[in-house]
Amino acid sequence: METIIIKNYFLKDMGVMLGRSMRHIFRSLDTIITVTIMPIAMMLLFVYVLGGAIHTGTDSYINYLLPGILLIAVANSIGYVSYRLFLDKQRGIFERFHSMPIARSAALWGHVLTALVSNALSLVVVVLVALIMGFRSPAGVLSWLAVAGILALFTLALTWIAAIAGLSAKSVDGAGVIAYPIHFLPLISSAFVPTGTMPGPVRAFAENQPVTPIVNAIRALLSNQPVGKELGVALAWCAAIMMMAYILATGVYKKRA
Amino acid sequence: MGSGFIKSYHHLNQAEMNIPNKAIQVKGLQKSYKQLHVLKGVDFEVEKGSIFALLGANGAGKTTIVKILSTLLRQDSGNAIVNGFDVTLHPDNVRASISLTGQFAAVDEILTGRENLVMIARLRHLRHPRQVAGDLLKRFGLSDAADRRVATYSGGMRRRLDIAMSLVGNAQLIFLDEPTTGLDPEARLEVWKIIKELAASGVTVLLTTQYLEEAEQLADRIAILDQGRIIVSGTLADLKKLFPPAKVEYIEKQPTLEEIFLSIIGKKQNN
Repeated sequence: METIIIKNYFLKDMGVMLGRSMRHIFRSLDTIITVTIMPIAMMLLFVYVLGGAIHTGTDSYINYLLPGILLIAVANSIGYVSYRLFLDKQRGIFERFHSMPIARSAALWGHVLTALVSNALSLVVVVLVALIMGFRSPAGVLSWLAVAGILALFTLALTWIAAIAGLSAKSVDGAGVIAYPIHFLPLISSAFVPTGTMPGPVRAFAENQPVTPIVNAIRALLSNQPVGKELGVALAWCAAIMMMAYILATGVYKKRA
Repeated sequence: MGSGFIKSYHHLNQAEMNIPNKAIQVKGLQKSYKQLHVLKGVDFEVEKGSIFALLGANGAGKTTIVKILSTLLRQDSGNAIVNGFDVTLHPDNVRASISLTGQFAAVDEILTGRENLVMIARLRHLRHPRQVAGDLLKRFGLSDAADRRVATYSGGMRRRLDIAMSLVGNAQLIFLDEPTTGLDPEARLEVWKIIKELAASGVTVLLTTQYLEEAEQLADRIAILDQGRIIVSGTLADLKKLFPPAKVEYIEKQPTLEEIFLSIIGKKQNN
């Protein structure tokens, strides 16, 4: 009965959960292809096939393109977060964890932490490939840290949305469906072409949805341009989405998992 | 018992202190899901070191009882004391002293059998997780399959791994919710053997089942749950007194394929 005094092992438990989900990712070729190979393929496609015909008013299209590709890489990973949460709920893994002397939230936070770590890894790979393809940035360490911060916030916002979907889904297909509308947002934004070339209503949508200010802020940081109010708008979008999705997701988690 | 146990006594209430030889004490347990009244006042006790079977049809409320006792679900009214701790007042202490094997084998299919066990050992904060995993794999006859992904395991192997995961950390009380449902006869016998060995090692087992035979084979005491109430409970001998007397019946039996074959061959040879 020495275990009567229950110590708090929250961080250690999270580490175990992280190790588990990272194994899931590394053992799923499908996940690796979608979150790393696909964004790289898109980058190749846009730079070497379509890029020649796209006029962005900058010297290097890849410098223009990279921020959007980074966001697409994150968006691609979201369906899998949802899927992994759904399976844990459906297969009774959450029940097993919840009947053990560990913090109830550790299982959920383990998935969130996994999303952060795995996206960080895939983004580093994408940036390395971009460097090989000729991407160059005059940005200093502080700017890169700011970019990393924005991307982390964006990942968290999407991860909590995915958590709502995964925890409340009734089927595997339902869990993955959340990814589709999110995939579309970068396509209708300033990620690939300047919004000025779009017809009125599309342009209005593109300029007022969260991805455009995020892309613009990252682009400005990476090219050492003044960031202006785009950064504030980008952070506000990420923070607002993250908070709302977090509240909803933890509510669903308490009820369903 | 360490000194921590003694010290923590002062915040336990009276009811929790007077039951040194009871692993579970349940009184007046009620639970409803919206309109559905699943438990309508359940009472039972389980002695330490015994095997207790909750027998009942699908929907009788067996899983609901297991979920309340393992702190996954909160009852609407009534008391449940597990290993001396009230499930609503001291859920952490309850969790530290029990282990749950749910209705469907809650194993991680993408990990190997060994990784599953190491993960649970780490989450239970044991000193030597790899050694604990190795010992359990050997004990459950899974050493050869230890480094294969669980997705490749048979139903019986998954169930064995599932039960092995419940044994990590030496819980004093193990809940097995329909441990043999969906298993083939051979795997069922394997699981029965494991449960008997568990009880022999001093662990208390509460198992739920739909099969009278399973309860008969394993349990020291059996409680029959029907429509949210325990209608009878006692030892097998107690219960047998209540069963209707055995009858002799004559039943028309269809011939087997083998019998048909033999009879046709026989006729041909006679001709």
